Amino acid sequence: MTAVTTDPGPAAVLAPEVDRPHALGDSLVIAWRNLVNIRRNPQLLVFATIQPVIFILNFRYVFGGAINAQALGGVSYVNYLMPGIFVQTVVFGALTTAVGLAGDLHLGIIERFKALPIARSAVLTGRTNADLIRNFGVMILMCVVGFAVGWTIDSDVWGLVGAILLILAFSYSLSWIFAFVGLSVKDPETAQAASFPILAPLIFASSAFIPVQTMPGWLQVWAKHQPVSVVCNAARDLTLGLPAASNTLKALAWIVGIVAVFAPLAVRKYRKVT
Amino acid sequence: MTAGPPIAIRAEQLVKRFGDVTALGGVSFEVPVGRVLGLLGPNGAGKTTSVRILTTLLRPDGGHAEVLGIDVTADPHRVRGSIGLAGQAATVDENLTARENLKMVGRLTHMASAEIGRRGGDLLERFALADDADRVVRTFSGGMRRRLDLAAALMHQPPVLFLDEPTTGLDPQGRTELWAVIEDLVDTGVTVLLTTQYLEEADYLADYIVVVDHGRVIAEGTASELKTQLGSTVIEVALRDAADAPVAQERLGAIGPVAVDGKVLHISLPDGDGATAMLETVRALDDAKLEPATLALREPTLDDVFLELTGHVAEDPSANGDAAPAAGRRRRRRGA
Repeated sequence: MTAVTTDPGPAAVLAPEVDRPHALGDSLVIAWRNLVNIRRNPQLLVFATIQPVIFILNFRYVFGGAINAQALGGVSYVNYLMPGIFVQTVVFGALTTAVGLAGDLHLGIIERFKALPIARSAVLTGRTNADLIRNFGVMILMCVVGFAVGWTIDSDVWGLVGAILLILAFSYSLSWIFAFVGLSVKDPETAQAASFPILAPLIFASSAFIPVQTMPGWLQVWAKHQPVSVVCNAARDLTLGLPAASNTLKALAWIVGIVAVFAPLAVRKYRKVT
Repeated sequence: MTAGPPIAIRAEQLVKRFGDVTALGGVSFEVPVGRVLGLLGPNGAGKTTSVRILTTLLRPDGGHAEVLGIDVTADPHRVRGSIGLAGQAATVDENLTARENLKMVGRLTHMASAEIGRRGGDLLERFALADDADRVVRTFSGGMRRRLDLAAALMHQPPVLFLDEPTTGLDPQGRTELWAVIEDLVDTGVTVLLTTQYLEEADYLADYIVVVDHGRVIAEGTASELKTQLGSTVIEVALRDAADAPVAQERLGAIGPVAVDGKVLHISLPDGDGATAMLETVRALDDAKLEPATLALREPTLDDVFLELTGHVAEDPSANGDAAPAAGRRRRRRGA
């Protein structure tokens, strides 16, 4: 009797050896799965592609005429607008991170991943990497639309590349904030509802669409220094051929700071989440 | 005693608390290699919590759990390589096809591409999904999703399988199909821990049954042992009005222990003569001027065992939704 209940020996031999987890490989499989999901989900696809184009056309042709050109310091509104629209798009796009992760939790697919012998980081890095790839695709599309509606780069191609890389890095940092939000609320509808109050002051009280000088003084304090404005300003400096070092460094500080705070928070939440 | 088969799944005095609620208050059981253990209990009994601890999804607050001799808290990664988990949630990706779902699991478990294709094809064939292999899962029925979920759990050929309420919410046909699939699996030598609220499911699939309620093991044995141990021939009296139940219970108490479930009374006859007891029941009811709606003498089912052990009937999981399984269950019971 005791031999049966205390000796795990024979059974242990049956447990298969398991590969060490491949953090990168596992993350890529999850990223692939998330990208297929975007492609197969019309709502996500429209959100990612049509919506940014509508925003460009709307601000360029509907609201653009009402913006006082003098307030922009002699810059044409389309040139002022495009970096702002890029940033606005990745900020709204970060909602997908929250909704997607919350949906995975809600459907229980995270359980499947957690019960498999894969890298613990893969679900989160797979999600944030997929969002990075999606944002890259969206930005290429927006560049094409932007050039079609008269956007010009006053610096050189490196200014444009720098601006795009900076905005992508910012989008990556936002993915970690919204990964944390998605894991905290656990269902997609709540994720959407919870995300909007975070997004709205970031987007609307910023320099994305208009210069902040026309805002009331108390709001300017926030609007000048919050990350969306800082990234917009840096991207603008880079594409308009202005001295960009100061705003770019400020933007990078925000990006690093956000990842440093929210990546560990999201990872901790992921470990605990059931 | 001679050494039996080695133990594949072992739970020793597992304790888990969620705030003030004790989900598991010291649960122990073991499953020898190649056997099927049925963990039977109502909602909230601690079945899923036990499975979640054994599958490394949850850390226990006390006790010890191992799979194939590997401690689940000490080496969860190795345990994950040995287990498959399929459950009530049917955790498949809605926007991938059936084949892509299996491919994803194959890639995540580092199977070779050729092996992924071959094994995926085999599983789809075996679970009658081959014709729908390249359709997006969103369009699948509940039963198809469960079968795919099970296929995904088996992709990396785990020797130990956890099935957490695999048929909850399925219609009777879907359940019967899934049962057949699980039976085939067991024939291949896989060790299975099955949780269920369906008594007949445990009866049908499991070699050994552990009954849990409120985080404790309240009985265990083979289905027939449980029936002999506790159940006995039963007289079932359905009254017309639940208000009469207390009076009837008092009057019928002389015949045998009476359990009440709404307007239905179950009298257990430990060793009695069914015909005599039936007569006594009729007389007692007549004396009390109670006229039953139905009166039946029948062999014990696991439902009776459960009622006797826990003092309440096994909750019907379909009560909060689909009524089809309940209907199927009643139909089958009558036939039993």
